[in-house]
Amino acid sequence: MVETAAVSAVADNLDALESEAVHIFREVAGEFDRPVILFSGGKDSTLLVHLAVKAFWPAPVPFPLLHVDTGHNFDEVIEFRDRVVARYGLRLGVAKVQDYIDDGRLAERPDGTRNPLQTVPLLDAINDHRFDAVFGGGRRDEERARAKERIFSLRNSFGQWEPRRQRPELWNLYNGRHRAGEHVRVFPLSNWTELDVWRYIQRENIELPPIYFAHQRAVFERDGMLLTTGPWGGPRQGETVRELTVRYRTVGDGSCTGAVESDATTVDDVIAEVAASRLTERGATRADDRLSEAAMEDRKREGYF
Amino acid sequence: MGEHTDLLRLATAGSVDDGKSTLVGRLLYDTKSVLADQLDAVHRASTDRGLATPDLSLLVDGLRSEREQGITIDVAYRYFATPHRSFVLADTPGHVQYTRNTVTGASTAQLAVLLVDARKGVVEQTRRHAAVLALLGVPKLVLAVNKIDLVGYEESTFALIAKEFSAHASALGYTESDVVAIPVSALVGDNVVTESANTPWYTGPTLLHHLETVPVEPDPHHAAFRFPVQYVIRPRTAEHPDYRGYAGQVAAGTIAEGDDVIVLPAGQRTRVRRIDTMDGPLSEAGSGRSVTLLLDDDLDIGRGDVIVAAGDPPTVTDELDATLCWLSDKPLRPNARVLLKHGTRTVQGMVTSLNARFDEQKLSVVDDPESLRLNEIGRVWLRTSEPVPADDYTTSRRTGSFLVIDPADGATLAAGLIGAPLPALDQSSTTVDAERDLVSPGP
Repeated sequence: MVETAAVSAVADNLDALESEAVHIFREVAGEFDRPVILFSGGKDSTLLVHLAVKAFWPAPVPFPLLHVDTGHNFDEVIEFRDRVVARYGLRLGVAKVQDYIDDGRLAERPDGTRNPLQTVPLLDAINDHRFDAVFGGGRRDEERARAKERIFSLRNSFGQWEPRRQRPELWNLYNGRHRAGEHVRVFPLSNWTELDVWRYIQRENIELPPIYFAHQRAVFERDGMLLTTGPWGGPRQGETVRELTVRYRTVGDGSCTGAVESDATTVDDVIAEVAASRLTERGATRADDRLSEAAMEDRKREGYF
Repeated sequence: MGEHTDLLRLATAGSVDDGKSTLVGRLLYDTKSVLADQLDAVHRASTDRGLATPDLSLLVDGLRSEREQGITIDVAYRYFATPHRSFVLADTPGHVQYTRNTVTGASTAQLAVLLVDARKGVVEQTRRHAAVLALLGVPKLVLAVNKIDLVGYEESTFALIAKEFSAHASALGYTESDVVAIPVSALVGDNVVTESANTPWYTGPTLLHHLETVPVEPDPHHAAFRFPVQYVIRPRTAEHPDYRGYAGQVAAGTIAEGDDVIVLPAGQRTRVRRIDTMDGPLSEAGSGRSVTLLLDDDLDIGRGDVIVAAGDPPTVTDELDATLCWLSDKPLRPNARVLLKHGTRTVQGMVTSLNARFDEQKLSVVDDPESLRLNEIGRVWLRTSEPVPADDYTTSRRTGSFLVIDPADGATLAAGLIGAPLPALDQSSTTVDAERDLVSPGP
């Protein structure tokens, strides 16, 4: 094999995606007053933070992080979240769904799922802190409604997404203009697939919470998903708890994020598994997206991520 | 094993009922990019509607209103990969707002797949789409002659369509090697991913094979170095007290350590001391790479400035001869005040004259139109409040393009291309020159 001067063009898929994401971070830093990165400790938001660190190195990341906390957490993820914040010297704000339930502003849903409840605390945090750009780890390959999402997605003062009002996104000239009270959701990982994310994690040696890798866990089955036991309501009567070797493909609210049976203990194992998988990560593990055919579209219109 | 795949950005275009959603569904399906749960959802939805066979187009119609109306409204992005290449596909709907969507999809595309129905051949929409793709500088075209099964796999039908399209493409400035015609049936799968036994007379590649092997060229060839500064990196930490780097993405050309550069619009000359990244310095960086440049001299440089090759700088001007693709319901009228976003700089602008409207079907121009409406393409003169470093769009897609923005509500009104990127647009050049003399201010 002849090695040519490889540096000259961005011929590599992961290099191209990295450069694109870094460009997006820098555009936002240059054009917005108060950006924030949504950070849960999950793999996509961990990747976001990694790319933000790269974009501004050797200067610190010029924006804070925000975690909209459902209260149904995995301890390992919260511990990991705090470790990442400390390592990069970042600032983290936490908006808690639990606070809203405690004082009656939100009510627990009959199914116990709290992911849809994140919208109100998120919008309140955006208003209170006057955030004008909000970075999220959403990818277009996740879901059909996301496939039409812009990289810069304008939201009105109620945080709502109006598919018909979206601006055409031309070249890589992002139009971030917005009126007072409006904000822009920014998705630097728009063009990444799940496999790209894992290959990049492998290449960059990015640390993730341990629940992404195979481990022993007490789980029970509900609606075809393996849910973990916890204070959020499970197992119910008739649901049997079993000890299985599982891992998580996505990390969200504990009440509706399912584990998959897996022996993948390393990033290499996970890549092999994802490459061979016949289910999308949301289809495999997210009850909230199964609620209706247009579930994600409806939640986005209401201001969800 | 080194997973070394490159990335091809492509767009699809075609009129309604050409079977574009089915073709895209077929590409995703046959490259195993459609997973079991997505397919289950399509099967469920197809059964709910009383369809006998699964409708693959449901894989790509995303929004509720689209599914209800059975149409596609907006550009959707799809992802698939083979061991050789990853693909980002901008799927652009054919009917409503076709220019708006095609312009969006084509702006970043390195290749476009244009569909025609073998029974209908090259139609008005085909000509319009091809003209928009050519205008936006998409370097390679594929003409997918779909539904070839419905014309009995006849070579003569295919040859006729391919010949007619080739003539049209060459009028748009494409050379023979830029355009490939492939007979396909998206429904049956002929020549999409696997070679078809039904078309023994066709010896070219399947669509996927062509997409996998077509050379991806950093657009355009031999472009001079351009680097719009996005952000100034000044850590002011104990470790890096005096670090001052200019962050950006190489928009065109290549830069190497030690290269002489000019900073525009001010025009200071200096030299690149280091090309920095968090993973260590690079000896050179090419188009598309995000880096941080450190320069030899301490200059006053900020966001909006452009660092360019000293030997080949662009013209710095506050008067632009430009082509606009109008994307707003609000028509453009002469003397409109707008904002221009060019590279990383946003300046005020005024459309001083509207010189011509382009007829993308006839490839002719209408001189001195009164306005430019949604989905119309026209040639204008613009004045800007500050000088901008302007490259012709045909030499640099990235630094030859700009957005026209409504100062009132921030909406994107038009895609702007510097110069007249299509030869056909230049038919009105005499008019434009005459106008120019009228509106140009004295020195």
